[in-house]
Amino acid sequence: MAKLTILSDRCKGCGLCVEVCPKKVLGFDKKSLNAKGYRPASAIAPENCVGCAFCARMCPDCVITVER
Amino acid sequence: MAVVFEKSRSLTDEILTYCPGCTHGIIHRLVAEAIDDLGAQSSTIGVAPVGCAVFAYNFFAVDMMQAAHGRAPAVATGIKRALPDRIVFTYQGDGDLASIGMAEIMHAAARGEKITTIFVNNAIYGMTGGQMAPTTLVGQVTTTSPYGRKEELCGKPIRMSEIIAQMDGTAYAARVSVHDPRHVMEAKKAIRRAFEAQRGGEGFAMVEVLSTCPTNWGMTPIEALKWVATDMIPYYPLGVYKDSSKGAA
Ligand SMILES: Cc1ncc(C[n+]2csc(CCOP(=O)(O)OP(=O)(O)O)c2C)c(N)n1
Ligand code: SF4
Ligand code: SF4
Ligand code: SF4
Repeated sequence: MAKLTILSDRCKGCGLCVEVCPKKVLGFDKKSLNAKGYRPASAIAPENCVGCAFCARMCPDCVITVER
Repeated sequence: MAVVFEKSRSLTDEILTYCPGCTHGIIHRLVAEAIDDLGAQSSTIGVAPVGCAVFAYNFFAVDMMQAAHGRAPAVATGIKRALPDRIVFTYQGDGDLASIGMAEIMHAAARGEKITTIFVNNAIYGMTGGQMAPTTLVGQVTTTSPYGRKEELCGKPIRMSEIIAQMDGTAYAARVSVHDPRHVMEAKKAIRRAFEAQRGGEGFAMVEVLSTCPTNWGMTPIEALKWVATDMIPYYPLGVYKDSSKGAA
């Protein structure tokens, strides 16, 4: 089990993290917008996270911290 | 629990001014991580370009200068010669480095200036709204090549890594990409090596990083990553073009 911390207010909703996650952990929260008006990425299936940090390494905005 | 990934110390907490999904952000992080790995945060001086990365001085938590368009290698030369114990790097786009700044980069390499250049090749002028760059691919549509770049009119795009590798003063020249996590890890190694070459006094070092401009390419960020793989890499082969620690490539 791994732990993700997503700083939603830094997120620009680009979707690169969602695209590269091999475990389909990430998605977009359709109900929320952040302060900049972007739809932030969030962990929709956190229990599947293996802590590979692919998401964090592809995020251009350093939104995601991964612990394992 | 142990931290597997967290933001580099050599980046500030400023929100980047880049468009969503623009890989300038990934490249900033890799540069910052290389500075962390060298333990050089307090002894590094960066030179920001003109282009979308003009505000890089707000994003790197190291001393920074900002140079006139294309002149970053000349400014870095002055800094390095005055303060030879510092790690000095330039961060430049393809318009900045391969067009208006062609003379400065060529002569910095020819002199074997002990600086590190991070060359972000996104095949377009990003900041000014998507005009053709010397690196724009044949057939690529830009605002100044609305029917696609024509070889008869503009020739073929310039491959800078291959050119820089030919210069005797160059210690290290490599082309990498950041379009997927595996390539990001490889890019990280190349950038780190380019900083180590400077620390070892080996000569000029440049890493060309293939990067996206979803906004001016007219693509989603994910389509743009795919375009790097399908269209850019075939023309701009990845690899180490020169490494003085291993002899010429
Ligand atoms: C002397 C001078 N000429 C032209 C410009 C206009 N200008 C600003 S950014 C730019 C090109 C930026 O493209 P690139 O270097 O590829 O960086 P990107 O924005 O794509 O990251 C140009 C031509 C300028 N600022 N100064
Ligand atoms: S750490 Fe790996 S498995 Fe977990 S969300 Fe990120 S990419 Fe997916
Ligand atoms: S890659 Fe980063 S900025 Fe893009 S959606 Fe994911 S968390 Fe947000
Ligand atoms: S214009 Fe292009 S290069 Fe500039 S920040 Fe936007 S996507 Fe990146």
